[in-house]
Amino acid sequence: MAYLELDRVAKQFGAQTVVDDFSLAVGKGEFISFLGPSGCGKTTTLQMIAGFLDPTRGAIRLEDKDLTAIHPAKRGLGIVFQSYALFPHMTAAENVAFGLEMRNVPRTERAERVRAALAMVGLAGFEDRHPRRMSGGQQQRVALARALVIKPSVLLLDEPLSNLDAKLREEMQIELRQIQRTIGTTTILVTHDQNEAMSLSDRIVVMSQGRIEQIGSPQETYEKPASAFVSQFLGKTNDFAAAVDRSATSARVTAGSWSAPAPAGLSGAVTVSIRPERIGFGDAGLSAKIVTRIFQGNHWLFQCDSECGPAIVIRQNDGKAQPTEGETVRLTWRPEDMSVRARAVA
Amino acid sequence: MSAAAEERRARAPWALTAPALMLFVGVLLIPLAMTVMLSFHDWGQYKGIEPVFILKNWHEIATDPYYAEMFWRTFRIAMLTTLLTALLGAPEAYILNRMSGRWKSFFLLVILGPLLISVVARTLGWALLFGGNNGLVNKLLMSLGVISSPIPFMFTETGMVIALAHVMMPFMVLSVWAALQRLDPQIENAAMSLGAGPATIIRRIIMPQIMPGVLSGAIIVFSLSASAFATPAIIGGRRLKVAATLAYDEFLNTLNWPLGAAVATLLLVALVLIVVGSNVLIERRYAEVFR
Repeated sequence: MAYLELDRVAKQFGAQTVVDDFSLAVGKGEFISFLGPSGCGKTTTLQMIAGFLDPTRGAIRLEDKDLTAIHPAKRGLGIVFQSYALFPHMTAAENVAFGLEMRNVPRTERAERVRAALAMVGLAGFEDRHPRRMSGGQQQRVALARALVIKPSVLLLDEPLSNLDAKLREEMQIELRQIQRTIGTTTILVTHDQNEAMSLSDRIVVMSQGRIEQIGSPQETYEKPASAFVSQFLGKTNDFAAAVDRSATSARVTAGSWSAPAPAGLSGAVTVSIRPERIGFGDAGLSAKIVTRIFQGNHWLFQCDSECGPAIVIRQNDGKAQPTEGETVRLTWRPEDMSVRARAVA
Repeated sequence: MSAAAEERRARAPWALTAPALMLFVGVLLIPLAMTVMLSFHDWGQYKGIEPVFILKNWHEIATDPYYAEMFWRTFRIAMLTTLLTALLGAPEAYILNRMSGRWKSFFLLVILGPLLISVVARTLGWALLFGGNNGLVNKLLMSLGVISSPIPFMFTETGMVIALAHVMMPFMVLSVWAALQRLDPQIENAAMSLGAGPATIIRRIIMPQIMPGVLSGAIIVFSLSASAFATPAIIGGRRLKVAATLAYDEFLNTLNWPLGAAVATLLLVALVLIVVGSNVLIERRYAEVFR
């Protein structure tokens, strides 16, 4: 049974529909990411769960209770804001203690829980620091401790890592995942960073223009994108115009001089998309010329000019010789590595 | 670099600030020093000002309870005005800050509008409304039978405080407004998500953060109210003199310039001490919020 359930939730501001027909069932202890470009409605959805916005239509239920009927202050959710929204006039310990104070937790228990929460996020000894005297990463940890100390039923994270530099962000991702695993709090993360969504979540909800494009595990959404938007947004991809010919005894899909047995279903004009790391150089296949070759340590990145338009290829740096710039190569891939979609012919 | 060039470089800042510095010295420091000097001179009905060094004026101010009463009244009026602007101005700024775009700019203009009108005109407006039997509001209320005699407003300290608070309100609102701008827009949501109700959010989260704004607004309002001239002169008149109107009268009516200078100097010194003192206290108390 679903722990947190969003049932056909929609939000309109005037005539503008920001979120539409959003249905999702979150299991207890699950880590879900709302992923999408800015303006896709992911933060609006989070704010509706938090109660800062009321849905125009639809229902939000937590353990089968209508969440929208409960005042935001009584929902008992933990929220970490993009700007952290720490109370600058209080010390780290006072910030963390605030939620417990509101719940009338006795003083001695409060002090103990605050100490434990700060220790959990690696800030033991920082109790008396004021937020403005802490680094961005430390403020982030205080915000996390403040949200977790109240033992929230759901933890909501609104782009919590986007203000940190790349290295710190990676560290925090790992730490966030560990903390979430340890305490098992159901968590919803809003992010526009696909790497963050993939490395942290059990499931990803990919959103675009207020609608859900796909819900699935990181691997599913990456390898079996449900739409062109998902394949473009999650990592790099190559889209080639191709055609499926079913007139012969065995149907074939053809893109330029590359050809393979066609999967069942579609026929006529199609788009095949293949991830750059799934393309190899072979003796037969799509003819292409290498425009640039970029060395990136553990892999090579090739930008090619193929019969079917520009293509990117990523090859592991396995020590073998790689084609050089200006060289003509044949691009090839396994039929199971590509996804085929119908293409509208202009 | 040669020694001469280095010397030129060292002199450059002085040379560049010289015009402003000379203006400052010429129109502020010298007259101020002369006023202080003047307060030690002697004066008599028939002999006029005598450039000698005596403590007569200072002695008179220190011993005559007339002056103590006047300075005490000045302090009381400035203090009450400050309190009134803080009590009304801080909520006003908070409400203003929560308004949506178009209304916000409209009401900001309404609040700042009075600054565009001369203090004299604004204060006379109060006199027109409440001035004795002929005041507009008094007339109306009396003809309606709500009151039997005019509301005492003119020549009362209450009237002075209200009129001054009206004049000073924009300074308080702007000061608190500036502090509100520094607030994290999500801070109220953060407090709410932790279980705080609206009253707790205002008391525990908003108030402590805008307090520096309220206090710096209070310093501005206090010093302007304590040295205000036009409003006390019109509302209080000769009956309720404050330090500024007292100095004016000594200078221009009694023609006892040295005594007027002593009053003016004492007002200045007292104000500087109060303002600097409270500023130090505020900065120490709210060090974390100011960072």
